[in-house]
Amino acid sequence: MYNSLSTRRSFIKKMAKLSAMTAAASMFPGILFASEQEQGIPNGADLEWKKGPCRFCGVGCGILVGTENGKAVAVKGDPNSAVNKGLLCVKGYHQTMCIQSKDRLTHALVKKNGKYVQTPIQEALDIVANKMKETIDAHGKDSVAMYTSGQSTIPEGYVASKFMKGAIGTNNLDCNARLCMASAVTGFLTTFGADEPMGCYEDIDHADYFITWGNNMAEMHPVLFSRMLEQKSKRGAKIIDFATRTSRSSTASDRSILFEPQTDLAVANAICYEIINNGWVNNSFVEKHCNFSKGLTNIGYGVEDKFKFADKPEKIDFSAYKAFLKEYSPEKVAKYSGVSVKDIKYLASIYGDPNKKVVSYWCMGMNQHTRGTWMNNLVYNIHLLTGKISQPGNGPFSLTGQPSACGTAREVGTFTHKLPKGVVTNPKNRELAAKIWKVPVERIPSKPTYHATEMFRAVDRGDIKFIWTQVTNPLVSLPKTSRYRPGMEKKSCFVVVSDVFPTPTSDVADVILPASWHIEKSGLYGNSERRTQHWDKMVEGPGETTPDAWMTIQVAKRMGYGDLFPYSEENHVEEIYNEYRQFHEGAKHGMAPLEVLKKESGAIWPYVNGKSTQWRFNAKYDPACSNGEAFDFYGKPDGRAVIWQRPYEPPAESPDSEYPYWLNTGRVIEHWHTGSMTRRIPVLHKAMPSAYIEFHPDDAKALAIRNGEQIKVTSRRGSCVLPASINERGLPTKGQVFVPFFDENMLINDVTLDAFCPISKEPDYKKCAVKIEKV
Amino acid sequence: MPIKSYLAHPHDGQKAELVKALSDIEACEVMPATNENILVVVTDTLDDASEEILKEQIDKIQSLKLLALVSGFNSPQN
Repeated sequence: MYNSLSTRRSFIKKMAKLSAMTAAASMFPGILFASEQEQGIPNGADLEWKKGPCRFCGVGCGILVGTENGKAVAVKGDPNSAVNKGLLCVKGYHQTMCIQSKDRLTHALVKKNGKYVQTPIQEALDIVANKMKETIDAHGKDSVAMYTSGQSTIPEGYVASKFMKGAIGTNNLDCNARLCMASAVTGFLTTFGADEPMGCYEDIDHADYFITWGNNMAEMHPVLFSRMLEQKSKRGAKIIDFATRTSRSSTASDRSILFEPQTDLAVANAICYEIINNGWVNNSFVEKHCNFSKGLTNIGYGVEDKFKFADKPEKIDFSAYKAFLKEYSPEKVAKYSGVSVKDIKYLASIYGDPNKKVVSYWCMGMNQHTRGTWMNNLVYNIHLLTGKISQPGNGPFSLTGQPSACGTAREVGTFTHKLPKGVVTNPKNRELAAKIWKVPVERIPSKPTYHATEMFRAVDRGDIKFIWTQVTNPLVSLPKTSRYRPGMEKKSCFVVVSDVFPTPTSDVADVILPASWHIEKSGLYGNSERRTQHWDKMVEGPGETTPDAWMTIQVAKRMGYGDLFPYSEENHVEEIYNEYRQFHEGAKHGMAPLEVLKKESGAIWPYVNGKSTQWRFNAKYDPACSNGEAFDFYGKPDGRAVIWQRPYEPPAESPDSEYPYWLNTGRVIEHWHTGSMTRRIPVLHKAMPSAYIEFHPDDAKALAIRNGEQIKVTSRRGSCVLPASINERGLPTKGQVFVPFFDENMLINDVTLDAFCPISKEPDYKKCAVKIEKV
Repeated sequence: MPIKSYLAHPHDGQKAELVKALSDIEACEVMPATNENILVVVTDTLDDASEEILKEQIDKIQSLKLLALVSGFNSPQN
């Protein structure tokens, strides 16, 4: 087909307009976006619409996929979904376009004499099973590992856990949710004794203020941000953006307050200081429902191999806590946080006003933090001191980045220390797992082994000799990939990668298994608001693509564990979910039956007496409350939540004379995580074709850097070359540069530091020291 | 030949002034967005140098609070 340059130019211009229109619409729910969705549907199409959750972020928008002649030809937002009410962001709308990518992995590939050879899937699974068995026989069960994902479906995560912990008997299972959500988990467990948010997205319809902590929701959770903007417009709700970088969220907010990296710890304490100092404490709530505790301090950063840490909680009283906060007066904190006394007092006054409902939102800014658990605790402190929690429009809300970080990673428990209910260190939890899995309880080890970072360190050291990754791309997403890529390339470890597309991780694999994509299999995800969503297979996958759960089952059967995996290929999703539900029976975590999930656009657990529980721990809404009071934090034995004394401590690495800039990494609206899917969607790839390094204009001027110039960013770990971006997508604070991590051709994680929160073991991708050079 | 699209945020109450100022620039096309608080702007320039000059021109507009880049394309030259 002939395309003149003028036609092409006009097409490009149209596409530029469309991208901006979509971006504008995704910041506000409106007619245009809905009509754009309709415009994308082919003329005269006779489509069958099938419901499911979106494949991308943790919001869990409901989608309707239009299929025709066995192909997915259109996507639109599900108007029946309480999550997105028919809206979709630019990624969600275009999601199925990646399936037909020319480089789709359609058959198993086995490396033979240094080259990948197409191999029948059954033969490839034989190789995987034999290699895993041989490795266990030669080096013990802790020499093999699985690394899965917050994008794995609930059945996929469940069979991975059963296979590793129940069948083989090793806790060498961790997942990429360690990189994004682990601090939220430890924050919830230390404060409430129960994981996951107490509220739900309906809080948006009730809150007077939304305070976002280091969270660019306009790009990362655009549909929720749109719902917030709608409330801003309709009811005058206010959005306050508290961050280290001016982003689209900042500009759309009522107020943008910037802080120096890591000092969010101090500002949160200063807010508590002000709440107490001004008499804004909800005394009856605190007296009835809270305890005070402190933990160890100077807890390290985990940068050394085999780092160990265990906190030693100690009860304190309110007066000791009040005395501790004296170091965090607004005047003292303003000196190093970059936040003015006035702004600290302003934030405190919002939380302190008994007549205003406040929701705090956060995601990676607080979680990917060397004191991530502490930061989560500190925001809970604010809500507990003021009693603004577990009520419509009042509560702290930790958002997730992946579609089933909650449903799979956290609820099924694909972390080294977890079981589908509880933890491996708890004998009762092991007994329950052994009973449901029908294995001897002694087979489930009582000690956790490797968290994600340490797992890849163990691969590099040669301690792990077989690793199987599913639904994840660690050689782009891990911190300090400059160490872990050569580690994975070593002959000492046999690498199996299940994926849909080739990635830098599959490039180092000995066996590549072709996985089914999202709608090519049935499955269940669990989103940020505890909503479990089911979908049925909508289209056939190409070639020999196979669901990850079924590949795990097939390998388990080949290794002699067939009796533990009696599922059928046709109905394994249903059979596995029904088995899994037994773990969570009861009022505290009951899961909705599959027949309900098949009909509805998800249900929120605890699902009790045919009803979702929208606000946990509040007796008005939560049937699990049993203490006779208005609130019952039943995750803790005494029903009381904990207000933690957590100090400010500096980051693992700060700018110095040799490396004078902060490096902050993150995401952009067009691309999802490592870009392996969204970069194969032409409209998204063309809209954001490559990564970049963002500068503050003053820094760019001082360094004589202009837009588009090639810049080398270097840390003590490695370097990366990217084009400069000044006054474009976002604006970092002076002395800071920002780089998105979606681009496998510009691996910024070669530069980042693998320091982590000693409690959650979640790495900090937001702070390390770098130097800048023009190339 | 760069083609770029932006979201333009006006200062409070200055949307009409911003529309006028942007419309007066030949290489700018201004469109309303569903979100009435912002404008969609598409720029079309001959080369990187003209793009740079245009950007400086836009940055001087008093009613403009922030210009956020949405997408950038580079089409081949005739």
